[in-house]
Amino acid sequence: MSKMHVKLTVNGKQVDGLAEPRTLLIHFLREDLKITGPHIGCETSHCGACTVDIDGKSVKSCTAFVAQVNGAEITTVEGLTNDDGSLGVLQEMFREHHGLQCGFCTPGMITRAHRLLQENPNPTEEEIRFGMAGNLCRCTGYQNIVKAISASADLLNAQKEAAE
Amino acid sequence: MIPAGFEYHRPGDIASAIGILQEYGDEARVIAGGHSLIPMMKLRMAEMGHLVDLQAIEELKGIEVGPDTVTLGAMVTQHELITHSGLAEAIPLIREAALQIADPQVRYMGTVGGNVANGDPGNDMPGLMQCLNASFELSGPDGNRTVAARDFYEAAYFTAREDEEILIRISIPVPGAGVGQAYQKQKRKIGDYATAAAAVMVGNGQASVAMTNLADTPIWSDEASTALAGGDVEGCVAAMLDAIDPVADNRGPVEFKKHVAAVVLRRAIDRAQSRAG
Ligand SMILES: Cc1cc2nc3c(=O)[nH]c(=O)nc-3n(C[C@H](O)[C@H](O)[C@H](O)COP(=O)(O)OP(=O)(O)OC[C@H]3O[C@@H](n4cnc5c(N)ncnc54)[C@H](O)[C@@H]3O)c2cc1C
Ligand code: FES
Ligand code: FES
Repeated sequence: MSKMHVKLTVNGKQVDGLAEPRTLLIHFLREDLKITGPHIGCETSHCGACTVDIDGKSVKSCTAFVAQVNGAEITTVEGLTNDDGSLGVLQEMFREHHGLQCGFCTPGMITRAHRLLQENPNPTEEEIRFGMAGNLCRCTGYQNIVKAISASADLLNAQKEAAE
Repeated sequence: MIPAGFEYHRPGDIASAIGILQEYGDEARVIAGGHSLIPMMKLRMAEMGHLVDLQAIEELKGIEVGPDTVTLGAMVTQHELITHSGLAEAIPLIREAALQIADPQVRYMGTVGGNVANGDPGNDMPGLMQCLNASFELSGPDGNRTVAARDFYEAAYFTAREDEEILIRISIPVPGAGVGQAYQKQKRKIGDYATAAAAVMVGNGQASVAMTNLADTPIWSDEASTALAGGDVEGCVAAMLDAIDPVADNRGPVEFKKHVAAVVLRRAIDRAQSRAG
């Protein structure tokens, strides 16, 4: 099969490449662009470790062809740091509240939580659990993930208020 | 888990999409959200030379809520069904069911058109659409035609849609005021297909009952609906248990599925009745 020209904006940067249309986005990100934040946990659309943000939606990048997302704007966990490269609010809160142990699920968790807080800046615990239901963690038991997201919401809201 | 290769097409209107389907015949297949098709392609249970992506076709998008009819474009996502406020007011059943499909990531991508066109008995929208007496508009080389949801499903993965037709729109009559609605689904875990699910509407002397994943098509039962309309809950459950035909699989043996079907149906009826009037 012939390759196609792929153009994406990833974490604010324009990127170009050649790929077969059947290439899954997760493979294009990891193998061609060397963006290895998004992980491959199951490759069967179940675990959410590969979650990235595509044009404002949380998407499992193992379940999208690079051809489908051609032209899109993509954010991965690497794009969620502060401008100076330090940990962003969600990343910092996951660290502080022990929202990770082995860390394998974390890039997907944080990228999904980012979109959840964009859509619902004041989620209840139940809303966090429902909104994170597409991401599996085999280590933490979820409690500290929920805490980290809840703490991030508080901090982001306080920052927003201070800025106003 | 790498699918076989294909050539990719992204047409901008329905006519061009149908043109591509005509040109390549059964070598071509449309892709909507891809969240049923891509897993099948990874397993090499679906292979095609040409993949026709519907995402750029504006005519397939949008939700219209009229006084008598709700119209859903085939490419409306489950996420859009959940977040559209007018829709939840007109037909709350749709949002209630969409919230029980898969998980957030899947719902951003999965479309209502893909869900009803797929023909997988596990999909939740087909039974729901039968309960609501929706109709599906298909567009093909010979123009458009409409097929009732209740006549659309023939067997697992076999529907009334011809290979060169695209499902473009779903029209749903708005249930009258006073009609109670409920969607009840039993699943093993979040993101799972139903062990059994029931869609129920009841009120104003009428009723409609459909169930999911208990046969190789969704099951809407005239007899069960008529019994419930007359207030006969036990008659409704008995008629439905007669109509379904579950098979044993990793969700359980036949006896268990029938048991769950009855429980789920009774719960849906209870909730729909409590919302009626
Ligand atoms: C982890 C996981 C859990 C899931 N759980 C559930 C669940 O609980 N309940 C449920 O109902 N679904 C579930 N799904 C399926 C999901 O809802 C799918 O997205 C949906 O069934 C198909 O929609 P799609 O837009 O992704 O279609 P696609 O995958 O793009 O297409 C599916 C099929 O329909 C055809 N098709 C699509 N659009 C059209 C059209 N407009 N005209 C003609 N043919 C068309 C395609 O050619 C293909 O054969 C799950 C999926 C995953 C990955
Ligand atoms: S790797 Fe994509 S969902 Fe698990
Ligand atoms: S921290 Fe190990 S899987 Fe989540």
